[in-house]
Amino acid sequence: MNTEATAVQTAPGVGDSASFERHLSLSALPESWKNWKKEYWEKYEELPFPRTRDEHWRFASRIDFDLSGFQLAEDASDDTIEEVLSRSNLVAERSGQIVFVDNQLVSEEAIPEELAARGVVFLPLAEAVTKHPELVERYLFQESTDLGSDKFHALHNAYSESGYLLYVPDNVEIDAPFAVYHWHAAPGAALFPHILVVGGRNSRFSVVDAQQSLFEDRTGFSCAVGNVFAEDGAKIYRRTIQNFNNRMVSFQLDTNNVDRDTAVRGINLNLGSRRARFENEVRINGAGADVKLYSLTVAENDQEFDQRTLQIHNAPNAVSDLLYKNALMDHSRTIFSGLIKVAKDAQQTDAYQTNRNLLLNDTAQANSLPGLEIEANDVKCSHGATTGQLDRDELFYFLQRGIPKRIAQQLMVFGFFEEVIEQFDNEELEENLRGLIQAKFEKKQLDAVTPKMETT
Amino acid sequence: MSQLEIKNLNAGIAGQSILKDFSLTVPKGEVHALMGPNGTGKSTLAKVLAGHEDYEVESGSVLMDGEEILGKEPDEVARDGLFLAFQYPLEIPGVSIANFIRAALQARQEDGEKFDAPAYYRRLYEKMNILQIDKKFSARSVNEGFSGGEKKRCEILQMSMLEPSYCVMDETDSGLDIDALKIVANGVNLMRGPDRGILVITHYQRLLDYIVPDKVHVMYEGRIVHSGEKELALELEEKGYDWVRDELATTAS
Repeated sequence: MNTEATAVQTAPGVGDSASFERHLSLSALPESWKNWKKEYWEKYEELPFPRTRDEHWRFASRIDFDLSGFQLAEDASDDTIEEVLSRSNLVAERSGQIVFVDNQLVSEEAIPEELAARGVVFLPLAEAVTKHPELVERYLFQESTDLGSDKFHALHNAYSESGYLLYVPDNVEIDAPFAVYHWHAAPGAALFPHILVVGGRNSRFSVVDAQQSLFEDRTGFSCAVGNVFAEDGAKIYRRTIQNFNNRMVSFQLDTNNVDRDTAVRGINLNLGSRRARFENEVRINGAGADVKLYSLTVAENDQEFDQRTLQIHNAPNAVSDLLYKNALMDHSRTIFSGLIKVAKDAQQTDAYQTNRNLLLNDTAQANSLPGLEIEANDVKCSHGATTGQLDRDELFYFLQRGIPKRIAQQLMVFGFFEEVIEQFDNEELEENLRGLIQAKFEKKQLDAVTPKMETT
Repeated sequence: MSQLEIKNLNAGIAGQSILKDFSLTVPKGEVHALMGPNGTGKSTLAKVLAGHEDYEVESGSVLMDGEEILGKEPDEVARDGLFLAFQYPLEIPGVSIANFIRAALQARQEDGEKFDAPAYYRRLYEKMNILQIDKKFSARSVNEGFSGGEKKRCEILQMSMLEPSYCVMDETDSGLDIDALKIVANGVNLMRGPDRGILVITHYQRLLDYIVPDKVHVMYEGRIVHSGEKELALELEEKGYDWVRDELATTAS
């Protein structure tokens, strides 16, 4: 039983060229894709690792970039597959579901026939590349990142074959969400989930991505890339749940390209990983777009969540509104660094950015770096960051109603979360997510309330 | 024994003495009004009774049905039966009124006792109806974005749901127009009864037109200087608080 574990331990890590060569030799993808892979691998090798003095890595003090312990996993056992399928249950009412374990496709639920008949595509990438080469050619690997993780972006593109393409053609509107699970199971497994979401003109749909670990005690590495393309008038609602175990190192590198009169919502719940880096870039390329980005992070122990965002307004009359909330316990850290960029021609822009941090223990640390770069002269832009503790007057109000301190604190903390949770706009999912968060609070002693005010 | 008995209470905040040998007894079944000018210590009294940690008690005692409540944790005092209607009710984002009151009721249950949610909501809607609060409010965050009148009605709603033995109502009339005042007063009057003592703290007499007290006390510089029947409030209204000050000055000289 131990031989397999030993073999895994001694295999080269995903940052090693021997690992990449082996991966390439085993890949069943078309030659053109393999050639991309080689290009990206070369790019990965050329690029330096980030340094914490780089602007995009300021305050990221805990992450290290040692990939030697992470390998592509072997195929999962039947037991593992059975277990992940039984636990892939966040969304019962859905338009389709795909489940991956350690990059391996283990379940693919066909979409309703009427959607297929209208041209909706919801397929694992490896299948999409043969069935819809034109879509893959047009959208896959077209994106880059501007927020500091280009080396990891290249690594992702070199390895990634797992992931999916969701394409909803013009004028197709779908109520029930598509659901995708990206599970981590094997010790030391390296995951490269690819998320490709394309909404045609005036389409409307939503998708849920859940990243989770099957086991609490296994290390792993995940480098996910998500690219959203919203064509004129598209309404896309993307929900992402990062709930890996606390031994993972994870990257999520996202871009959103939005055209005229689109309505794009991005909402993230971040609970897991020892170190989690999240880059989210919005490029507004068409007038009248309306983009809202929400995130809720609950940090504990020595977790470090590093969030970098960029809202780029290249077109006039568009709105982007960002609200990132972090709650920190123990000696966890968060970093929020956000930039709003408004181009000269993007007049009548409304762009907002808010970061709120709630420190629940005195030893936690939240860092905030909001920024604006505005070249247009007729815009409404604001950014704000607050870091605080539970309000002691509010706490007294709870206590005076007979509610014990511990329960009062929980209600206050969940009250802080609710503003983001309710944006998931799906009761079943919201209840499931509240449950996930609740689990993080069991046995926690929170001590941070605002200090006593000096009376003047 | 069935009374809230405050005896020789000396208390203050940040090293400053505010309550000076304050004594007052509110028996169950009675409504007492505590009147006085601003800055005389009325709100301090309310906070001290509720066990707010910022306030320092130097000496004295507060017996609720014979049991000392000074030194107890605020949530324990509350569960023992003391309710404070806040002058400035706090806004609690993300916590609905229904969940807030539910948590308060559940905190009063025995371990293992089941919470009867349907009965709870029936009762909640009944009380909301009396206080003319729209049902939809139960799902709204506590006091968030409420008008002054809505906040005060929400206080009375909580009070009527929790059925405390003693209510201390701190400037409940502040910020209310006459219609809201009548609704709030009606809610309070419905709670009068042999099992409850109510202390109404107010600056103005007008609230007492609607909540007619059994006794009126006038507070000045941290202690009660006059006690009398409900007519005292009218006299005070007529003569103003200067009357109290001048009278004290006369006595002292």
